[in-house]
Amino acid sequence: MRIVKHKTPSIDGKGIMMGRPAYSDDLADPNALTIKILRSPHAFAKIKSIDVSKARELDGVEIVLTYHDVPKKSFTRAGQGYPEPSPHDKFVLDEYVRYIGDEVACVAAINEKIAIQALKLIKVEYEVLEPVLDFEKAFENPSVIHPEEGIREMFPIGFLPKKNVAASYEMNVGEVDKVLKSCDVVIEESFYTQAQSHAMMEPHSVNARIDFQNRLVIYSSTQTPFHVRRILSQTLDVPLSRIRVIKPRVGGGFGGKQALHGEMFAALVTLRTGKPSKINYTRKEVFESAYTRHPMRIDIKLGADKDGTLKAIDCYILSDTGAYGEHALTVFMVAGSKVLPLYNKVEAVRFNGQVVYTNHVSAGAFRGYGAIQGNFAVESAVDILCTKLGMDPILFRQKNMILEGETSPIFAIMGEGTEGTAMNMESCKLDFCVKRGLELSHWKDIYPRKKLKDNKVKAVGMAIAMQGSGIPYIDMGAATIKLNDDGFYNLMVGATDIGQGSDTILAQIAAEELMTTVDKVIVYSSDSDLTPFDTGAYASSTTYVSGNAVLNAAKIMKDMLLEEASKALKVKLEHVKFDGYTFKSGEKEITFSDLANRLYYNEDQKQLTATGSYVGTKSPPPFMAGFIEIELDLETGEYEIMDYVSVVDCGTPINPKLAQGQVEGGIVQGIGMAAYEEVKYGNKGNLLSNSFLNYKIPTTKNIHKLTTEFAESYEESGPFGAKSVGEIGIDTPPAALANAVYNATGVRITSLPITPQKIYEGMMALKQKEHANENK
Amino acid sequence: MKVEFLLNGRNRIFDVSPDEYLLETLRNHYVTSVRNGCNESTCGVCTVLLDGKPVLSCTVLTVRIEGQHVTTVEGIQNEVSHISDFFGDEGADQCGFCNSGLALTIYALKNEYKNPTEADIKNYIVGNLCRCSGYQAQLKAIKRYLEDNK
Repeated sequence: MRIVKHKTPSIDGKGIMMGRPAYSDDLADPNALTIKILRSPHAFAKIKSIDVSKARELDGVEIVLTYHDVPKKSFTRAGQGYPEPSPHDKFVLDEYVRYIGDEVACVAAINEKIAIQALKLIKVEYEVLEPVLDFEKAFENPSVIHPEEGIREMFPIGFLPKKNVAASYEMNVGEVDKVLKSCDVVIEESFYTQAQSHAMMEPHSVNARIDFQNRLVIYSSTQTPFHVRRILSQTLDVPLSRIRVIKPRVGGGFGGKQALHGEMFAALVTLRTGKPSKINYTRKEVFESAYTRHPMRIDIKLGADKDGTLKAIDCYILSDTGAYGEHALTVFMVAGSKVLPLYNKVEAVRFNGQVVYTNHVSAGAFRGYGAIQGNFAVESAVDILCTKLGMDPILFRQKNMILEGETSPIFAIMGEGTEGTAMNMESCKLDFCVKRGLELSHWKDIYPRKKLKDNKVKAVGMAIAMQGSGIPYIDMGAATIKLNDDGFYNLMVGATDIGQGSDTILAQIAAEELMTTVDKVIVYSSDSDLTPFDTGAYASSTTYVSGNAVLNAAKIMKDMLLEEASKALKVKLEHVKFDGYTFKSGEKEITFSDLANRLYYNEDQKQLTATGSYVGTKSPPPFMAGFIEIELDLETGEYEIMDYVSVVDCGTPINPKLAQGQVEGGIVQGIGMAAYEEVKYGNKGNLLSNSFLNYKIPTTKNIHKLTTEFAESYEESGPFGAKSVGEIGIDTPPAALANAVYNATGVRITSLPITPQKIYEGMMALKQKEHANENK
Repeated sequence: MKVEFLLNGRNRIFDVSPDEYLLETLRNHYVTSVRNGCNESTCGVCTVLLDGKPVLSCTVLTVRIEGQHVTTVEGIQNEVSHISDFFGDEGADQCGFCNSGLALTIYALKNEYKNPTEADIKNYIVGNLCRCSGYQAQLKAIKRYLEDNK
């Protein structure tokens, strides 16, 4: 391969750093009205009355919308395929407000100052209701968060709104209770994972206008332009054909921009006023009124025989979806479906639980998508089990984990809200990842801990993980390649580059197949009018699904070129040879550039355009092993992360440097979640962590060393052997860190984040226990 | 009210309200390389150079910079292009939203320090948050740029 698996700088990195207009707000109409949202001060309330007359009278205010003025049609902001596995439990504006920061009214004015002034003139009388702020008390709570009519599930997802249940699910392989009883050793533990904020650097940003064909044009910082178009059309009763959604450059998403945040308001204001509008979330709104990761309680039982054979996994999960049920079922299911198959040799597995509503910020899609939560529980539990077995956790994993050529019954049972798809692991180098990680982390020299001076210890911990590559039979990607005169291509993809570099790697795939260079492939993504369909950037689908679509399009284009060359050279098709620059048949030849010019100006004139699409029939998982090295102060519980070793099997890394960036970016977000990031609320349900001052994300000073390598792996079904790599990096840090802290101190932390305070308290408790034993 | 300052070497006069911040003034006049990440001086995205030193334009009142020099990436295009070569080579570009502000900080670092240590570099750029990269590739690119400028 000449282009794939070779370093290529991002095709857009330079232009963006040099400051060229690129993001949604850079492209807003200069005369756009500024939209501001009045947000609920109460965690749960019903609007008794709302008076917007003074706001409407204010000079410069163009429109004020309340729940009286918007279509009463339930939808979900989730930004998924159709029909969605998320309940339709949201209205554009509603008489109920369900968390502090929920939308009450929408104002559009000629500038921001007037819009903010107008918000203050809106008089709202609330009937304050008792909020549900503890997700373990949500089920059948007397406070029903969604008592309203007109909400529904699109297909059975266990939606029981009167019981505060957004979704529920159960599956069984074998008889878990029976197998657990037969095990020599059983461990049982509950784990808590917290809400995490996406904190992408670009706040949600949307602008709208009506174009000269009287169509609604939306620029949105979205991961899912085609879903945005569909959901706007369905909810606002505007024909799909009258809406154009353009995804310009997006400043990070991580799942947060899979959903609709602001699109409804920009669309409504522009449709009603006929004037361009824009909405830019404040940083506070990004924290308070967008999405978080689903917090969970994971109760887990593992059973094994003395020889270290894992026989049963029993997993119950209670997940908190917050005020709305976006991604409720699917995130919860992925906590099982993309974790449990790691240990595929068990006799029995049970996975069940429910997803409940609370009066917190809505939870949604977030890189890892349940797998990071499930991984923390399962990979911590495995180490707990190994301690009880007296077995080396590496040997235990090597004995029980999934290997190439194997499968798990869970793949067929659990999909994304529906049944899954059976598949064998055609590419799985997890065994190599573990082996290589042991070397790179100097595991044998350090494990479990090494004493340093001044009450410090060095310790290591590890975890293994898997993810997926798109959603089989659902996620479809398409690509169109257009030949231009002089011999270069346009590659139009619905796939959504949100900063992960997909435009670059898709260009590499096209260039490889067409035997040209990346600069000859001009990528455009994505625009619902101009680019073919793609479900969007989520579920680790772009490299595998959209990449295959690009490859298919490139193959069609290559065939077309050969055919045109055979006509030009007046030889049989099978005699034409092409090296990317010249078509040859014996002594006859024509350059690619000449052939292109011939097609557009001279003979056999025609436009060559090839469209390819792809829908997966499986979702080959990327795998990784993550090894953390920490230095911990035994007096204070404070620790530093000295190195994080990742060995990843993502098949062929199309662009090794960008794949490394995906892994390392994921690792660092995972470290944030493992170590300190925490969405916190006050006792009234008010968000305390609503700025970068009180919600800490990793800075350059927190990251000492990352060591990242890729396993030699080739996935037959992927483009040039590739699997996806967007999410796998985030999964291992919580469990690896918890295991390292245990190895350093003997303290087992079961709730995230793993703070020095928790470690210190754990060490104190251990000392008291030792002391009590001595006195016995 | 009117305020006069040098924007990328050119004398400019802007009509602003007394409570307007530089970020708003610049974006209102299509200097879109200066981006709004938090508007409360916590993320570094809106960094510009004021008399050569990095400042957060979201909390600099425009009326207070009368007569000073404001530099954005538009004013040092060749330098930024040079920095971006190393970012591209190290795979340090992701969403890019923080990159123009970071480039200005790196440029100021280069001018201020002769032989910065890794700790010096980290201290200097700690205010430029990035949620995508994990910082390692950035750091490698920055070191190579500084090395190249010695």
